[in-house]
Amino acid sequence: MILGQIGFLLLVSSLIFSIYLIYLIYFNYKSVSDIISIKIYTFTFLQLITILFSFFFLIFSFVNSDFSLVSVYQNSHTTKPLFYKISGTWGNHEGSLLLWLLVLSLFSFFFLIQSRNDLKKYRLLTILFQNLIIIGFLVFIIKTSNPFLSLYPVPLEGLGLNPILQDPALAIHPPILYLGYVGSSIVFSSALAAMIEKYVNKIWASSIKIWIMISWIFLTIGIMLGSFWAYYELGWGGFWFWDPVENVSLMPWLTLTALLHSIIILEKRETFHSWTLILAIISFTLSMNGTFLVRSGILNSIHTFANDPARGLYILIFLSILAFFSLIIFYLFQPEKKETTRFFLFSRETSILINNWFMIFFLVVVLIGTIYPLILEILNNSKISVGPPFFNILIIPFLIPFLIFMSIGPRMNWINTENKSIIKKKLLHLLVIIIIFSPMFFYFDKKNILSLSIFILGIFLLLSLLNELKEFFIKSKIRNISKIISHLGFAILIISISLNNIFSIEIDTNLKVGDSYKFKKYELVFQNISGKVEKNYNSVIGKFILKDIKNDIIYLNPEIRIYENPPMITSEASIKNNFFYDNYITMSNIQGGEYYNIRFQKKFMMLWIWISALVMAFGGLLRVFKK
Amino acid sequence: MFLKSRENIIRFLFFLVIFLLLFFLGSIFFKSLNTTKIFVPDKLIGRSLPDFTAESFDDKNKYFTKNEIFNEKKYYLLNIWASWCGPCREEHPILIKLSNDHNLELVGLNFKDKKENALKFLNKSGNPYNKVLIDNNGSVSISLGAYGVPETFLINEKKIIELKFVGPLKNSDYKKILKKINYKNEN
Repeated sequence: MILGQIGFLLLVSSLIFSIYLIYLIYFNYKSVSDIISIKIYTFTFLQLITILFSFFFLIFSFVNSDFSLVSVYQNSHTTKPLFYKISGTWGNHEGSLLLWLLVLSLFSFFFLIQSRNDLKKYRLLTILFQNLIIIGFLVFIIKTSNPFLSLYPVPLEGLGLNPILQDPALAIHPPILYLGYVGSSIVFSSALAAMIEKYVNKIWASSIKIWIMISWIFLTIGIMLGSFWAYYELGWGGFWFWDPVENVSLMPWLTLTALLHSIIILEKRETFHSWTLILAIISFTLSMNGTFLVRSGILNSIHTFANDPARGLYILIFLSILAFFSLIIFYLFQPEKKETTRFFLFSRETSILINNWFMIFFLVVVLIGTIYPLILEILNNSKISVGPPFFNILIIPFLIPFLIFMSIGPRMNWINTENKSIIKKKLLHLLVIIIIFSPMFFYFDKKNILSLSIFILGIFLLLSLLNELKEFFIKSKIRNISKIISHLGFAILIISISLNNIFSIEIDTNLKVGDSYKFKKYELVFQNISGKVEKNYNSVIGKFILKDIKNDIIYLNPEIRIYENPPMITSEASIKNNFFYDNYITMSNIQGGEYYNIRFQKKFMMLWIWISALVMAFGGLLRVFKK
Repeated sequence: MFLKSRENIIRFLFFLVIFLLLFFLGSIFFKSLNTTKIFVPDKLIGRSLPDFTAESFDDKNKYFTKNEIFNEKKYYLLNIWASWCGPCREEHPILIKLSNDHNLELVGLNFKDKKENALKFLNKSGNPYNKVLIDNNGSVSISLGAYGVPETFLINEKKIIELKFVGPLKNSDYKKILKKINYKNEN
């Protein structure tokens, strides 16, 4: 109880510190001195510490099952394991916003320390914008989402028993995603500050690059963990569903990826100023937009939960203010067009520009697919849902040119590639690879043409990257190793997804005990069923054997659970995986008879999809630590 | 000079278009906020109420089964409440209003509460319920698939859940309930 009150007071004092900081920044900005006053450091630190402690107090209340707090009462339970009590802290609206705020102030503090070599006024303005965002969130938390709201009389037991949410991947998925979202706030603030201070140049680019990288890494891992959770724990049977909430996290990832590339041009060639700034602004706006759409519950998705419209309204107002102000700042302070830095068609600049165009195209597709149903519902009052076919048609064919450019582009020189032989060589490689793999087109079904093309281009990309790696290690040429590794991750991802599409087998059949089902090179035998009595449910467990031609045997044990209270039947998938494929089986009884409906899937390269995302993030990490 | 100003006009128009686009999106979001209904798993609606037994509030150690509670061919409103729950006070006047409707029986499920507090609450603010049941350890509410307190289920004469409300009942919910129960009776 008392801890909750202290936690709340800490939040209020943090708000006071933030407002005082703005006052300090104003006077420091006007002063002639070249250094940032020590007071600003002190108060930024105090702001961080107060938020940190209030977050600790919240965790502590969760660990202690202090049900005098509404948020603890609603989301925790005395019988929860300690790990889930702790993760329950940010598993709900109030706690997750406090975590947002914590990361926001943490990054703002780190920025202040890390940017020591930059222009004073630029640093001050960045901290100013950062503080405006922090104040926005503090007011939001204090007014509408106070995690320390108390309850009287104190209930004896909490409500949070939902077992689906008790999962390790889900426990770390939100914080990591948030680190990515919030990291882009620094990029946003500093872009605005640099614009006002006319500091959009080489030095700014190289100092802000690390922040873009950090938020990109966390966003990559965060998205991957979410996808992992949906596959293994929710048993959705796939890795990406174009679910609105997934899309919303993909959008800032696309712009950050574009930004990651365009900032390099700004750093190396001092061009694309405005474009880079636009990307920086959009990335954070999309992150906020993601928070708004998820938190307000206006999207029609499995992830969104009930929420107070007042909260949604607040985030919407805040989001609009941010968007309009950044637009106005951009209008007033847009960098003047300098004499155009020239570059030729066959240059690194062109290839990065092409990357950006593709990213923006993908962004527009995802944005329309996510928001169009909302617009239609309002204007036309009709409900539609945009499904995977829309995204697949608009995205997959465009991956073909994208992959070709991605393989050739990094081999170009800045300004102009005079030696065109490298391009000719690359195209020759491509031709050879196409010829080698072309028999596949005859072997496989027509519907796989697109996946096959993507696969072949994925191999092309992989080989070019391996070639670069070879040059790095054997011929010890100077190459950007972190770029190669991240691109390698992307190549593995593309190859895995296309193989997954081509080779995955799905069968749906009815079997009874003793039956077997033959398909392709495999035989699935339904050996027997057994019953088991558990504390709150009874289960029927099937024993299946999957044999292949070489008589390798895999046992699979899907389960049907019959809960008594409430009467509910769930089917638990049995997933056995190895390095190259997952065997995934579910069963369900048919009308109480002896036949069971069996869904069996052999999914290729599932493990590699997660690995590839980690490889991409690892490449970024290398760059961060190299600095 | 002319060229310069033309460039400026183009720039201004460009920003105006972006501004209008953002404004359009913002107003769409704003409208969506108000039209969104609270997300309730569709699973429960249209299904029959799960079986449960609950202790009677008036007689200690007397238990009712589902069929004993919902024994008439009538609409029932099952409301989960507690004296310590703030939002329950908020929705109480609506429950009182609903209790005047003869086509509807109200069943209250008192959730993890002290009996004396619950009694005080009912005496002070009025008792809208035809029957009151006790859910001391919260197991009944969990088996009903409830998220928290308050929560309200509209159950028809076939014991099928027709509507479910998470959180306090609002006036719009009141109208919705009235519409449902009176529509059926007219036919």
